[in-house]
Amino acid sequence: MRSLPTLERIRLFGRAGIEVVEALGRSTLFLLHALLGRNGLGSGFQLLVKQLHSVGVLSLPIIIVSGVFIGMVLALQGYNILVDYGSEQAVGQMVALTLLRELGPVVTGLLFAGRAGSALTAEIGNMKSTEQLSSLEMIGVDPLKYIIAPRLWAGFISMPLLALIFSVVGIWGGAMVAVDWLGVYEGSFWGNMQNSVNFHEDVLNGVIKSIVFAFVITWIAVFQGYDCEPTSEGISRATTKTVVYASLAVLGLDFILTALMFGDF
Amino acid sequence: MSAENANAVELKGVTFQRGARKIFNNVDIFIPRGKVTGIMGPSGCGKTTLLRLIAAQLKPSQGEVWVDGKNLPTLSRAELFDMRKQMGVLFQSGALFTDLDVFENVAFPLRVHTQLPEEMIRDIVLMKLQAVGLRGAIELTPDELSGGMKRRVALARAIALDPQILMYDEPFVGQDPIAMGVLVRLIRLLNDALGITSIVVSHDLAETASIADYLYVVGDGQVLGQGTPDELMSSDNPRIRQFMQGTPDGPVPFHYPAANYRDDLLGGR
Repeated sequence: MRSLPTLERIRLFGRAGIEVVEALGRSTLFLLHALLGRNGLGSGFQLLVKQLHSVGVLSLPIIIVSGVFIGMVLALQGYNILVDYGSEQAVGQMVALTLLRELGPVVTGLLFAGRAGSALTAEIGNMKSTEQLSSLEMIGVDPLKYIIAPRLWAGFISMPLLALIFSVVGIWGGAMVAVDWLGVYEGSFWGNMQNSVNFHEDVLNGVIKSIVFAFVITWIAVFQGYDCEPTSEGISRATTKTVVYASLAVLGLDFILTALMFGDF
Repeated sequence: MSAENANAVELKGVTFQRGARKIFNNVDIFIPRGKVTGIMGPSGCGKTTLLRLIAAQLKPSQGEVWVDGKNLPTLSRAELFDMRKQMGVLFQSGALFTDLDVFENVAFPLRVHTQLPEEMIRDIVLMKLQAVGLRGAIELTPDELSGGMKRRVALARAIALDPQILMYDEPFVGQDPIAMGVLVRLIRLLNDALGITSIVVSHDLAETASIADYLYVVGDGQVLGQGTPDELMSSDNPRIRQFMQGTPDGPVPFHYPAANYRDDLLGGR
């Protein structure tokens, strides 16, 4: 392959930079248009309920199953390490803190991006390619209000709840392994957990994390669908982008948020 | 331009660019009120783009698009959505909402834009579906309909709010002869019965010429010719004659611009 002259490389690099900035601008305007102002349709609540079902309720099985298993694995691994120091009673607090502070929001975020995010992108992309969005515009209905806004709100509302459910069933899975199977004394399992988990420090910070992740994932997912090229290849590329960008955003933001919340600086 | 103007739509000096390519270059098109106007041209000449310009889904790079006394590129987003209630578009694919059945698809514009009671919505939907001959298909979902039926349901939805202007994007593509005949008749009938302005974008010559009162032929970003179907049929312009008579080669070349055929074949050796 012919190598490009330096000037051409700089030009391509510059163009890629401009494209990124343009996409950021487009996605910000898109978000503001969708969320600000009234939709004037009067059916906003019903649309939201429908989306809460498809985005939130239908994500429940994967969240619950993953939560139970992750809690069980945490308890098993924690027990094996702690038992060497004779402090296996601390396994309860370890499971709870890990889930509430980190794994609850992060793993829920990753699963949510894969399950609900990709579905949102594909659905909206398909509506675009079959001219349903254009057709809404021509009926005089703003697709940003009618299609996009309910999906955004449904994502914002359901993901933090899913993250909480994930942590709760994770702790329950952890108790099942530690108490029922490995024989950790039930009183110390729950007692240690109760003493060490601080509502503000641990529970609330975890919820804040999941709210931030919910916002970013849903935004990426609906924007990729709305902005995709209306072809089958374009939709598949947009769906992949949603999962990749959203997962990277979750992991990157998790570090920043953790540093801000627990960094002591 | 006043609303009483004889033209329902006026494109003045419209230029539309996509990247470096000019799809339209300083085009003037006037669509007379209450008539069926056909916009014809070879595939890929920007006919659908023209419809989207009239519907203000695209903004021209230059020029004015007047619809009912309003210059669309200067309107705000909210004003545009308001304006579009007076327009209906029949998209090539029909673009029915796949999560709603036939009844709800046609009822959709009524539900979002009017406060009509349920019985009245039902009556209007039944009337619109009767007009396109699909009252019996009321409970079917879009994936149970054939391509022609989808387009007729979409037509019923497009006329649900009694628009002033109805635009058809390639209505005859992929239709069997019976469905084609039905659509041709429907377009003319709806135009005359409802007193609306119809714009038919198509490359199907015979069908469009048979119902249009006035025709525009576009190509190469320009209006190549205009007139009644009879006038265009007897035009001296070789490009229009080529299009109207459907000859494969002429001023519009059959071949996409390419290097010399001989050189190309021997070049690989």
